[in-house]
Amino acid sequence: MTRHTLSVLVENKSGVLARVSALFSRRGYNIESLAVGPTENPDLSRMTIVADAEAQPLEQITKQLNKLIEVIKIVELDTAAVQRELLLVKVRAPLADRHQVLQTAELFRARVIDVNTDTVTLEATGTPDKLQALLAVLAPLGIKEMAQSGTVALGRGPRSMSGAGTLRPVERTA
Amino acid sequence: MSTTSSAGRPAPASATAVGPAPGAGPAPATATTPTDSAAQAGLGVETTARTMAEAAAEPATGITGAQSLVRSLEAVGVEVVFGIPGGAILPAYDPLFDSALRHVLVRHEQGAGHAAQGYAQATGRVGVCMATSGPGATNLVTPLADAYMDSVPVVAITGQVPTAAIGTDAFQEADIRGITMPITKHNFLVTDARDIPQRIAEAFHLACTGRPGPVLVDIPKDVLQATTDFDWPPRIDLPGYKPTTRPHGKQVREAAALIAGAARPVLYVGGGVLKAGATEELAALAELTGAPVVTTLMARGAFPDSHPQNLGMPGMHGNVTAVTALQKADLLVALGARFDDRVTGQLSSFAPHAAIVHADIDPAEIGKNRRADVPIVGDAKATIAELVSALQAEHAAGRAPELTSWWAQLEQWRAKYPLGYDWPEDGALSPQYVIERLGAIAGPDAIYASGVGQHQMWAAQFISYEKPGSWLNSGGLGTMGYAVPAAMGAKYGCPDTTVWAIDGDGCFQMTNQELATCAIEGIPIKVAVINNGNLGMVRQWQTLFYEGRYSNTRLNTHTGDGSVKQVRIPDFVTLAEALGCVGLRCESKDDVDAVIEKAMAINDAPVVIDFIVGSDAQVWPMVAAGASNDDILAARDVRPVFGEGQV
Repeated sequence: MTRHTLSVLVENKSGVLARVSALFSRRGYNIESLAVGPTENPDLSRMTIVADAEAQPLEQITKQLNKLIEVIKIVELDTAAVQRELLLVKVRAPLADRHQVLQTAELFRARVIDVNTDTVTLEATGTPDKLQALLAVLAPLGIKEMAQSGTVALGRGPRSMSGAGTLRPVERTA
Repeated sequence: MSTTSSAGRPAPASATAVGPAPGAGPAPATATTPTDSAAQAGLGVETTARTMAEAAAEPATGITGAQSLVRSLEAVGVEVVFGIPGGAILPAYDPLFDSALRHVLVRHEQGAGHAAQGYAQATGRVGVCMATSGPGATNLVTPLADAYMDSVPVVAITGQVPTAAIGTDAFQEADIRGITMPITKHNFLVTDARDIPQRIAEAFHLACTGRPGPVLVDIPKDVLQATTDFDWPPRIDLPGYKPTTRPHGKQVREAAALIAGAARPVLYVGGGVLKAGATEELAALAELTGAPVVTTLMARGAFPDSHPQNLGMPGMHGNVTAVTALQKADLLVALGARFDDRVTGQLSSFAPHAAIVHADIDPAEIGKNRRADVPIVGDAKATIAELVSALQAEHAAGRAPELTSWWAQLEQWRAKYPLGYDWPEDGALSPQYVIERLGAIAGPDAIYASGVGQHQMWAAQFISYEKPGSWLNSGGLGTMGYAVPAAMGAKYGCPDTTVWAIDGDGCFQMTNQELATCAIEGIPIKVAVINNGNLGMVRQWQTLFYEGRYSNTRLNTHTGDGSVKQVRIPDFVTLAEALGCVGLRCESKDDVDAVIEKAMAINDAPVVIDFIVGSDAQVWPMVAAGASNDDILAARDVRPVFGEGQV
């Protein structure tokens, strides 16, 4: 299986997320992560979908997505694209361990966003790999709770998905 | 493209030919004139419908959402709505009462949906059905799923509980938008009465352009009751919807080159050719190439069965020559077909020697099941026309296929393995004979709508289809109960055409209540119930694959099925009479022609003929589910020998 990141511009209307997720489950495609949010254009939302698929099913996924009336444009981002996830993690940090937690945070450029006598909550952003590494280091200290977003991503360089000098969409035609 | 020129209510053949022309030309995304938007909606614009449409297109202020809905339906050119009222849709039925739009009151919403399908498939226009919220809407689910599978342009209007009650599990509330998401091309929930004209226009535009399909518009009761203004034509705002209709010239030339160089080509024709009204173009292509043609279950009538190049239907119950031609071909030219599992059999061994040219309006169909060597995305009418031009250029350059030895081989198979059937050993009436005679007597001008099962396959095999739009069935979803309501819709759309429903005794018991609708509304369809007293296709599989253990397939609808109880429940003759129809029965070969002719002579009421046929007749040839097409059996335990060395 290969990891693919699709950036999908959709109309900002109710029900679009349900349509997209229903499409994935109905056709038996696996989503690794899915993130939705606003764009520079209030009429459009961007979905960033990370899916594991071989080339042939990926072509089917994009073709089926393109058939959804509210999908405007799909671009598959290459590996060079900027990809980030957000992690919030509450770590056990009694006084004896606290230094180690803070040192780890500094190493991974994570920020302390909450602290009390027993725990420290960190905020970190990065590639999925980096966040995995952070979690691996924190795990022995005791992770009380965590929340992690799906991947959001943008292509590098001056081009964008909408407007002038646009990125090339995944072909509508075969 | 001639959606605006189908004056009058044309005969089915021409109606389909001028049909919705799905995706013929990109849709304007901006405001259009009223006639243009009717044309966009692919409706045959009749004189009366146009007058109504023009009158409806006048702006109005201070009207209700319900009035706006009815005005929109009129303006888009709708002639008839099949439906049933109920609480949430009730406001819409009040202005409908005064409208020139005709509403046909069906007896079950499933009947409304299939009637809209039959109307659409026979006329090429968009079929419209209407239901209330909750159970009314969920009863439309089956026909919508059916229309989605078979790409039939249908618009469903459903009432919804008032906006404030949505999500509270209110009386007769169902999330029909959520429920129908995977079985509609698109669906809308209208939240503001001002949006009604736009949503209706968009729904019709979506239903009949590109790859046609069903679209559902859900309207809460308070939206129907709200005061609003009406303005037509509305702006169609679908920025993500741009079907590709013009084929890519380079791809077409590559396809033409492959055809010109092929030794064993087959034109594999699917329902898309009918949807696009591309039968004349197909005939030209067939004549030009001289290649054999196979027409799938959804494409019966797209190419005349009487044409010597037509090998018939491929697939699980296709004829031996059609199936084997695909297996031995070196080139398949798939036109508006989707490599369905019932055609390909085991995919890995389907047409193993063939290069594939795959032309379809839906890019997602191309490469879905079988890799295409030359993919062509476009409307079938435009694609085939351009293919003809490109091929003429190939011929002019001296490159034309030499098919003599291919045809010699095909003719050999055709002579050796013709379609046929045996008479039941117990002397019972042969169902194939009944259907064959029906086709011969009613002729190629009639429309035939079938249910699903053995009778469907026999009707596809033993009736000769010469014209587009003359064969209606539930191909993809396989919906038992399709025939009677679909025939009703077809007859409504084509009142001067004889419409036969060919149904099984199982199917008939699912939707025969619509005969009451037919009787009361003056829609004189004819129904041939091929009554073998059993769920025949399931029984056939039990015979072949379950050692004759007939678990739950006996229906006791006739006396000759060897059942312990000698009963006829129901008695279809008296049932027909109870439903306001003429009921006839036929139990012997000698009476078949006479009873069909008697039914043909009755035109002021629906007619039902109960044909009592043998229970053990089977559909052959057959490729067992999941088996390779190479393992087709011409009849039980009869495996054809194809002379492997010859091709």
